[in-house]
Amino acid sequence: MADAADILLSVEHLTMRFGGLTAVDDLSFAARQGEITALIGPNGAGKTTVFNCITGFYKPSEGRLALRHGDASAWAALETLTASGKRSGKADGGALYLLERMPDYLVAQQARVARTFQNIRLFPGMTVLENLMVAQHNRLMLASGYTLLGVLGFPSYGAAERAAIERARSWLDRIDLTARADDPAGDLPYGAQRRLEIARAMLTEPVLLCLDEPAAGLNPRESAELNELLLSIRADGLSILLIEHDMSVVMQISDHIVVLDYGVKIADGAPSAVRNDEKVIAAYLGVEDEDVAQVAAEVRA
Amino acid sequence: MAARAQPATKPHPRHHVTAAFRDAGMTALIALGVFLPLIGFQTVTNIRNEIVLTTRWPLLFTLVAIIGCGRLCYALAIDPWLRRRAMKPVKAEVPAWRAAVGKWFVPFAIGFVIVYPPLVLGLVGFRGALKWVDNFGIQILIYMMLGWGLNIVVGLAGLLDLGYVAFYAVGAYSYALLAKTFGFSFWILLPLAGCLASFWGILLGFPVLRLRGDYLAIVTLAFGEIIRIVIVNFVALTNGYAGISGIPRPSFFGIPFNADDDGFAAVFHLPFTPVYRTIFLYYVILALALLTCYVTVRLRRLPVGRAWEALREDEIACRSLGINTTNTKLTAFAMGAMFAGFAGSFFAARQGFISPESFTFLESATILSIVVLGGMGSQIGVATAAIVMIGGTEIMRNLDFLKDIFGPTFDPTQYRMLIFGFAMVLIMIWRPRGLISTRSPSVFLKERKSISADLVGEGHG
Repeated sequence: MADAADILLSVEHLTMRFGGLTAVDDLSFAARQGEITALIGPNGAGKTTVFNCITGFYKPSEGRLALRHGDASAWAALETLTASGKRSGKADGGALYLLERMPDYLVAQQARVARTFQNIRLFPGMTVLENLMVAQHNRLMLASGYTLLGVLGFPSYGAAERAAIERARSWLDRIDLTARADDPAGDLPYGAQRRLEIARAMLTEPVLLCLDEPAAGLNPRESAELNELLLSIRADGLSILLIEHDMSVVMQISDHIVVLDYGVKIADGAPSAVRNDEKVIAAYLGVEDEDVAQVAAEVRA
Repeated sequence: MAARAQPATKPHPRHHVTAAFRDAGMTALIALGVFLPLIGFQTVTNIRNEIVLTTRWPLLFTLVAIIGCGRLCYALAIDPWLRRRAMKPVKAEVPAWRAAVGKWFVPFAIGFVIVYPPLVLGLVGFRGALKWVDNFGIQILIYMMLGWGLNIVVGLAGLLDLGYVAFYAVGAYSYALLAKTFGFSFWILLPLAGCLASFWGILLGFPVLRLRGDYLAIVTLAFGEIIRIVIVNFVALTNGYAGISGIPRPSFFGIPFNADDDGFAAVFHLPFTPVYRTIFLYYVILALALLTCYVTVRLRRLPVGRAWEALREDEIACRSLGINTTNTKLTAFAMGAMFAGFAGSFFAARQGFISPESFTFLESATILSIVVLGGMGSQIGVATAAIVMIGGTEIMRNLDFLKDIFGPTFDPTQYRMLIFGFAMVLIMIWRPRGLISTRSPSVFLKERKSISADLVGEGHG
């Protein structure tokens, strides 16, 4: 870990096999604190598989997925933690989590990695506000004394619930959905559902937000609004990991791009560097390796 | 309607009538085809033990005529009326009287069930009251409570449970065995039976909650049967098919309901009658049922209740939000089982006798149909369905006047399941998502708007 200074998530040698198919092959990259890291690649490159491994929905076949909370000095404890066989450990200035060892709900609850889905997964029969309240489940569960105090009607829970509604309302203002707070989420237009899903993920108070194709199906205006929203989330100091096909989104807002093709990393760097990478161009145009140089020259011409 | 222009596509009236007759004719023909072998011919055994073919033409033609006329009626009158109604613009505003009914319905209903026993006593006297309070009051309230309990599992959490009666049985046998063996009172054993039932709920829950949908339904069905078969075969403990009799009845704060000098009637200087015990039991089950409803309504507004409903809507999204879905499902199972345990111990105390016959799959199916008929997740819907279904079956037992019409051999209870099934089919056509299908949100910013059933998930198990 040479420049471990501001690394938030470190993916090392991640391999995911489904029977005979290797969806992700020995992938290593890092997402830095306060940056937007984009994961791009053609269809079927294994991007969503990487996401599912990071968020605990899949158990990787091999590899280490480490996430830090707090100070960068926490990385010092990484090897000891790995050897100890535990899921997470407190370090000097923070804590370390080994995501590959945690079940999905603990990744969200303890390691605080939130995610959205490629095909929107809201609770369609619940109102917009209820969706945002469910996101604050763990905090409210604690306030309701694991339901016991809540059933008996202790006032502390009422206060916690009001605070949760306030937090939800501030996010509703931010995504411009306050007027529709009491409508069922399934009734919202597509773009609004995307924004709501991001707000819902944010209300779990994550340190890393993983977005799986947030701009899919959005019109150019909505896409521009999404860019603004993501940049404002980054301005709050949050790190974002993003899968995206829409290059206008990727190139404008990401600080760092990782390109996958057939489960293998083919490029990793700043947007300007990746944009001109021959292998990336070839992968997107679907060209054989031998012809790469020729095609790249044609593209530039 | 008069001011509105006629729709352009309206068919010519005479053409319409011709089509209706043709339609009715076809229907009658199909009915004839179906009923000819079923009703038209009958085989009877004569005195020499030979099978003789007889015909029943009058009956056959009456039936076919009824069906044809019914279809004609539908095509000429009911169908045009339905079309006209569908074309009328839907009023967005809820009329004032309906809003008032909505507001006052629940307090009025609770008031009514509280004054119900004295009301019945006043109307029909001591002799008739027993039937009305016991068969209608207590019986309906037991099923209402079971419906509300199962509603947590099926309606809120979306886990299809076909073996709910198992927990009812656990509650009943817990009370019966512990009360007979150790002589504990009803009030100690009531919470204990609830705890035991919810313990079994968790025990069942652990292995099966990985399953979803049909698979979960099958395993819960099997669990219900396992509990019943264990009760049947564990004769040393449960006395098998013979059941347990002489189960201690609950007393009124230590005063038994009997004809002795220290019995309830003697202590309060009243003439002895069994109605007092029944009325007391009525209030006990009323309190238990209202407790179930109250706790469920409260839980819905707590994070755990919201997590149940979120689980029904989308389990994967729940996990991505850090909700432990296993625990959430287990709490739903445990809560549902606990209320079934309460109801079971009450049932044992009321009957004084229990046997495995009372805990068959039919009971599970009845409770589940109450929940589905009422509208999954709706408390008022489930209560209404319990009244309609259990009250309906009880009324079927009291239709003696039908004997005057169909002759003395006619027994209306024999047609109970037929009419029951017919009613189910009708309701599923008219209201596929139950009597009350809209969902009321658990929290709101400005106003509480009910959510249409089209959006609300049914759960994947």
